[in-house]
Amino acid sequence: MGSFLETLFGGLMVGMLYSLIALGFVLIYKASGVFNFAQGAMVLFAALAMARFAEWIPKLTGLEDKFLGNTIAFALAALVMVVLAWLIQKLVLGKLVNQEGITLLMATLGITYFLEGSGQALFGNDIYKIDIGMPKDPIFILDGSFPGGLLVNKEDLYAAVIAAVLVALLAIFFQKTATGRALRAVADDHQAAQSIGIPLDRIWVIVWSVAGIVALVAGVIWGSKLGVQFSLSLVALKALPVVILGGLTSIPGAIIGGLIIGVGEKLSEIYLGPHLGGGIEIWFAYVLALAFLLVRPQGLFGEKIIDRV
Amino acid sequence: MLYRENGQFKTTYRGDQQIFPILQDRTAIGLVLGVAFLLVPLAANEYVFRAILIPFLILSLAALGLNILVGYCGQISLGTGAFMAVGAYAAYNFMARVDGMPLLVALLLGGLTSTVVGVLFGIPSLRIKGLYLAVATLAAQFFADWAFLRVPFFTNNSSSGSVSVASLSVFGMAIESPVSKYLFCLTIVCVFALLAKNLVRGHLGREWMAIRDMDVAAAVIGIRPVYAKLTAFAVSSFIVGVAGALWGFVYLGSWEPAAFSIDRSFQLLFMVIIGGLGSIMGSFFGAAFIVLLPLFLSQVPALLGIPLSVTIASHLEFMIFGSLIVLFLIVEPHGLARLWATGKEKLRLWPFPH
Amino acid sequence: MNTRNRIWLAVGLCSLFANSHAWAQAKEQFIPLLVYRTGPYAPNGTPWANGKQDYLKMVNARDGGINGVKITFEECETGYATDRGVECYERLKGKGPTGATAFDPQSTGITFALTDKAPGDKIPLITPGYGLSAAADGGVFKWNFPILDTYWTAADILIQHIGKKEGGLEKLKGKKIALVYHDSPYGKEPIPLLQERARMHGFELQLLPVTAPGVEQKSTWLQVRQARPDYVLLWGWGVMNSTALKEAQASGYPREKMFGVYWSGTEPDVKDVGTAANGYSALNMQNELGTTKAAQDILKYVHAKGEGSGPKDEVGSILYNNGMIISMLTVEAVRRAQERFGPGKPMTGEQVRWAFENLALDQKKLDSLGFGKLVRPISTSCVDHMGVPTARVQTWDGAKWNFVSPPIEADLSLLKPMVKVAADKYAAEKKLTRRTPADCQSDAMK
Repeated sequence: MGSFLETLFGGLMVGMLYSLIALGFVLIYKASGVFNFAQGAMVLFAALAMARFAEWIPKLTGLEDKFLGNTIAFALAALVMVVLAWLIQKLVLGKLVNQEGITLLMATLGITYFLEGSGQALFGNDIYKIDIGMPKDPIFILDGSFPGGLLVNKEDLYAAVIAAVLVALLAIFFQKTATGRALRAVADDHQAAQSIGIPLDRIWVIVWSVAGIVALVAGVIWGSKLGVQFSLSLVALKALPVVILGGLTSIPGAIIGGLIIGVGEKLSEIYLGPHLGGGIEIWFAYVLALAFLLVRPQGLFGEKIIDRV
Repeated sequence: MLYRENGQFKTTYRGDQQIFPILQDRTAIGLVLGVAFLLVPLAANEYVFRAILIPFLILSLAALGLNILVGYCGQISLGTGAFMAVGAYAAYNFMARVDGMPLLVALLLGGLTSTVVGVLFGIPSLRIKGLYLAVATLAAQFFADWAFLRVPFFTNNSSSGSVSVASLSVFGMAIESPVSKYLFCLTIVCVFALLAKNLVRGHLGREWMAIRDMDVAAAVIGIRPVYAKLTAFAVSSFIVGVAGALWGFVYLGSWEPAAFSIDRSFQLLFMVIIGGLGSIMGSFFGAAFIVLLPLFLSQVPALLGIPLSVTIASHLEFMIFGSLIVLFLIVEPHGLARLWATGKEKLRLWPFPH
Repeated sequence: MNTRNRIWLAVGLCSLFANSHAWAQAKEQFIPLLVYRTGPYAPNGTPWANGKQDYLKMVNARDGGINGVKITFEECETGYATDRGVECYERLKGKGPTGATAFDPQSTGITFALTDKAPGDKIPLITPGYGLSAAADGGVFKWNFPILDTYWTAADILIQHIGKKEGGLEKLKGKKIALVYHDSPYGKEPIPLLQERARMHGFELQLLPVTAPGVEQKSTWLQVRQARPDYVLLWGWGVMNSTALKEAQASGYPREKMFGVYWSGTEPDVKDVGTAANGYSALNMQNELGTTKAAQDILKYVHAKGEGSGPKDEVGSILYNNGMIISMLTVEAVRRAQERFGPGKPMTGEQVRWAFENLALDQKKLDSLGFGKLVRPISTSCVDHMGVPTARVQTWDGAKWNFVSPPIEADLSLLKPMVKVAADKYAAEKKLTRRTPADCQSDAMK
């Protein structure tokens, strides 16, 4: 029983981390109808920027305080992501308005390659460290009820809390602020939004910037766990089932989907895996999402797909 | 002036319906095939065969298969690498386990196995559409990645997980030298291209295109979506499976599951999009572009005499590749085939402006 | 584009890529360098590549080449991918007056692919510490040279060391040993040997594959926590190693019970994981740590002139030394070939192959080369392409590696029969015949 609970906790927390990345996908799809395959590369780029800035700032300015150094690095990295968003809007999306979904998908794949190449060219391809003071050792709770206690990873716990806070902030942003309302309007219908005077390209820059900053937060958390290196962009492949399970247009869907995929993945690997030889979690996540989609083709919380003839 | 149909009258339905109705087109294709079959084996050197022509041919076959699914039937699939892997491993198993299995039969059986698997993974397409389907097909990709690593039966119980083939021969002729491999692939690609072109011009192809354009309306006028979608998956997987078997047998010789990873799927999808969705010719253009571009990019620094470190060259390759993809999509979202068609249109008027 | 332009384009492209054999018979020995400096394995591949290249530069600068024959080299990026490795091989195999000297693919997957091609092209493959373990049998694998060690010797030495820790191999009965391995030919290679040892000594072997590139290991380590094995063997590469150590820390598994193979025991794996690596042990093929006289020479002749391939403080690290050793073996093979076939002339792949299986690097020679005790004396023969395999166990203390054992020799009485069986199986599959003694005696005079 104890190991089952540990697996459950572990799965829930990993699920929150996946949903952090899935949030970026959902944000961009909601507001501009583009499935941003480059989200993984953006996570990598943002994490590389943060890691290297955090390394260079103390060297260049002699700043000793770690917290201040990290904060400045974070701010600089966020600035980099905003500039990136602006560039993407100007050079890519602005020229591909009204194209088919698959063309936009391929364009984001092209951006992926570009970001992976330029990120490593600018920042290097070694493994870099992000140290934001996350605790590395686990804690063991409920020592009395279970022998050896239940393993809870403190770093994952903090990360899950940060993800929840971020989601809450985003929800408030979308519901309560004027820009959020404009974003929802654009997501509903581009032409209608344009006709009432909402500037489409500025909205898209804002959306991509927000997605970029979400990618930065995800990158910092994953990078602090795993180290920042090229393979970080592959974590996005594990977040894709979350996106389609929850629905491409739903933020709560990203969270719930993340939790389901996280738990499903871990449970399958630990209990089903040994019988099949191990290593099944990545395709199991996709098969799980597929199974859900067969019942609800638009994902759990996505907008129903209406075909007009 | 050159490209006019003036004076070319068709007197039979057969003549009217042929694939290349214009004489200039027929001459051009004849020339290309002549050069490909006769001139190139004499002129090109080993590196060009091994690194450029053979991968180009095999990947254009795979792109052809994918184009049928994505371009003609509108079902986005990101799991093509998996179907190539199924074809390759199935063909390998038939060769290894059945004594005296002829190479062609093994390749076709590999394709048939891939068909079965393709139809299986195509069943979700009856319910799931668009981008959701695209991501769901990744399930096939990752499952295949895992299965060929984990299940020893597929690799004939090889302890290392790699499989290899040796001494290929067709009708008693050995396929060992680059020239013979090239001619073998060229023959297969020509046959399949012809079959595919006729398929898409026929009844089935029109059903596919109807489903692609508006599947509800197609169902209303009596086209069965189940039949159309599953046959699209079946035909596409067959071609992709044969291409995968060729890739493993002829190009690689010895391979592991990583040869058919998700990067391969993305590469094929790039070929189809860049080449042009819904166009047989487009598959070839796209394949040529994607095969030549990285080689070109890696040779250019050396040719220009700029000493670039291997790292920077590799990163630059990625960056330029990504930018060119985006540039292409901006300039011509319908791909190289559209550029080709536009060029031909202009050629009909040349030298007049309109 | 009409047909005429198409033909011109084809001709142009052909001429662009056609090899121009306009080599005058230059006195040059071309050594191809297959490397990966990008991708998930770059942190480990880069120092290795730097070591390989710097040594060659140093031999050119200090000695003027090998008996006056200058060494030329070219790097080709493989990204650890088999198809790119094969493409690099095809591109580089014909370069230089006598073709490529030898290939070190830096990857087991690429080695498997090239093992089929190299005999046809007559170019030897040198794979110290990796590649096909069965290739130690030179009777079947004429062109493969896993000099120094293979994966089977590594697994064997690890079990011996663990046995010694327990107080004898028989004390392993009833214990549980888990293998956390990279799910690829590299990671799967040691399994047959570990299973054999498990059978012999009665311990339970648990196999835990990690999907490449190994960046997601949470479930693996949850399984380790639940199974509570007595020891964990780590068989990773690239970013998988540091991730494993971090996950081990996060799941509370003591690193003192973790032992890695030589490819999981290098500086990039442990430098940046903080306290996660303290107490972790791994194998090292080399007998010494740090800079040697050869490394000093590299600093003097290459780095001082600003021609170093990487940062100066990398010189003397384990992977850098590894690259140096590989280049040294290649250079010495060329030298030996020159002794036999004509000093001062560029050597062909066949001649270098002969030299690889007639290497005799005794301690005196190693000292004169500046390698001192970095490696033990190496001697190969027609049927033995490996030499005497040894490795030492080292432990990370938070700042550096420290040896905790003398060089341990792999148990050849167990290994030789297994290698022979595996080599025979390979020969049967590929329809090859074992080399005859006459073939061993014959020299490659072609």
